[in-house]
Amino acid sequence: MSAAMVEVVGVHKSFGTLEVLNGIDLSVRAGTVTVVLGPSGSGKSTLLRCVNHLEKVDRGRVSVDGELIGYRRAGGRLHELSERHVLRQRAGIGFVFQNFHLFPHLTALENIVEAPISAQRRPRDEVHAEASALLERVGLAGRAGAYPRQLSGGQQQRVAIARALALKPKLVLFDEPTSALDPELVGEVLDVMRGLARSGTTMIVVTHEIGFAREVADTVVFMDDGRIVEQGPPASVLDSPAHERTQAFLSKVLA
Amino acid sequence: MLVLVAQFVHGLATNAGWDWGTFGGYFFERSVMRALLVTLQLTVAGAVLGFLGGVVLAAMRLSRNPVLLAVSWTYIWVFRSVPLIVQLLFWANLGYLYDRLQVGVPFGPGFFSVETSGLVSSMGAALLGLALHEAAYAAEIVRAGIISVDQGQLEAAAALGIPRGRQFRRILLPQAMRAILPSAANELVNLLKSTSVVYVLAIGELFYQVQVVYGRNGRVVPLLMVATVWYVILTALLSVLQFYVERHFARGALRTLPPTPLQRLRAALGRSRLALGRDRAALGRGGRPGAALDRDAIR
Repeated sequence: MSAAMVEVVGVHKSFGTLEVLNGIDLSVRAGTVTVVLGPSGSGKSTLLRCVNHLEKVDRGRVSVDGELIGYRRAGGRLHELSERHVLRQRAGIGFVFQNFHLFPHLTALENIVEAPISAQRRPRDEVHAEASALLERVGLAGRAGAYPRQLSGGQQQRVAIARALALKPKLVLFDEPTSALDPELVGEVLDVMRGLARSGTTMIVVTHEIGFAREVADTVVFMDDGRIVEQGPPASVLDSPAHERTQAFLSKVLA
Repeated sequence: MLVLVAQFVHGLATNAGWDWGTFGGYFFERSVMRALLVTLQLTVAGAVLGFLGGVVLAAMRLSRNPVLLAVSWTYIWVFRSVPLIVQLLFWANLGYLYDRLQVGVPFGPGFFSVETSGLVSSMGAALLGLALHEAAYAAEIVRAGIISVDQGQLEAAAALGIPRGRQFRRILLPQAMRAILPSAANELVNLLKSTSVVYVLAIGELFYQVQVVYGRNGRVVPLLMVATVWYVILTALLSVLQFYVERHFARGALRTLPPTPLQRLRAALGRSRLALGRDRAALGRGGRPGAALDRDAIR
């Protein structure tokens, strides 16, 4: 059994009086795919955003590859890291947004090379060569010079995935990557993600695509009301859920 | 409408009051040209200093640091509140308030000092006033552009670990430029005309200079027209510049860029040649000549 890539321990998070995460414990092994399911408002996206410190946790801690995220331990207490250190940690964690968030004034290739050059200070030529290879890998070899608005939603999301991969992350987080897409474009994005999963990339995917979860996930996590209700291999969580809330959700989604 | 225009043009040509001879005599006259140069210098220097200050102030106002935020807010409040003309007079009379400026330990001994009246010439006062005034307005224009950029852009940049300064320069500002440019061009035209206010400091810019001349020869209207036409020409040049700069920053925001006027002209010429060809063809078929042209005109 491989080591834990992500370790989430006792995480709480509130927005004002609204408690969004209510004590989350989660462990993700390296090289595995974890799919997080749950009704909207259950805290899935917030959990994902806590993993790369886009949201600050109120209580608990998150570590990736043995490194505490957003904080350092000194004298038995946790101190928040400076923004520069947080940015450095984030560069090792890929994040794919629901609405892509490509930079519209940069071409597909420029979108991909920006962070490796400015955040990781890697040589330009090497980064450009890798970016071209990544574009080919997501099936967009001919579109390097296209601006995001000249691409379809599915193509934009594939560029966004390539952009996340360009940083050579230890972990890639997907926040509902296909929810903003037209139904006929969902498949092309899921295909790319399937390929990634096969290559052994550690992934946490928040999605409503049950089929994808069944096929690709090593672990399925079901969340409701800021808590993890149950988790396990897809066969048990999806086909014979133990908890009635999971059953209710699945019957609604699969209906 | 056409009749009114015709009447106006006729009036321009025949009314002796316009005195086009004097206008022509002074339009390229040396003192006017020198004054025009001063106006241009004030505009360019005021715009460059003003917008540099504006970017810094806008960044401060959007920062999370409460001190920077308060300083920026106060600056904008003060310099938008004081009329430019009043501010200019203040700077020109700085020597009256503080006759010496001294660098040293606060409330303690000084290291060296300079006389204020020597430090701020009237040209310096004008430039200082314009730049400080301009910075306050530019700050708000830049800030408007920045907050118009989708929050997700910064989030994506943060998630990619792009350093903060780089986020601002490479991701935020270029996108903000789309919203900034029309207002900035407005502000620049405004500044160009505001330079005429510095005539109160007896600086030989365009407006001051024509006043001097008509004070001497009494031909008020033709000389005002000299200044007016120059302001119109400069504004026209700025508008052309604005078009091309906006087009540059539209990259990626539009699927296809709008054609430049030159491209449009070429296309129109090509089309009319095409229409003529079609016309001839229509004649050959016994159709009504001009039908093709009519259709084009309607379009």
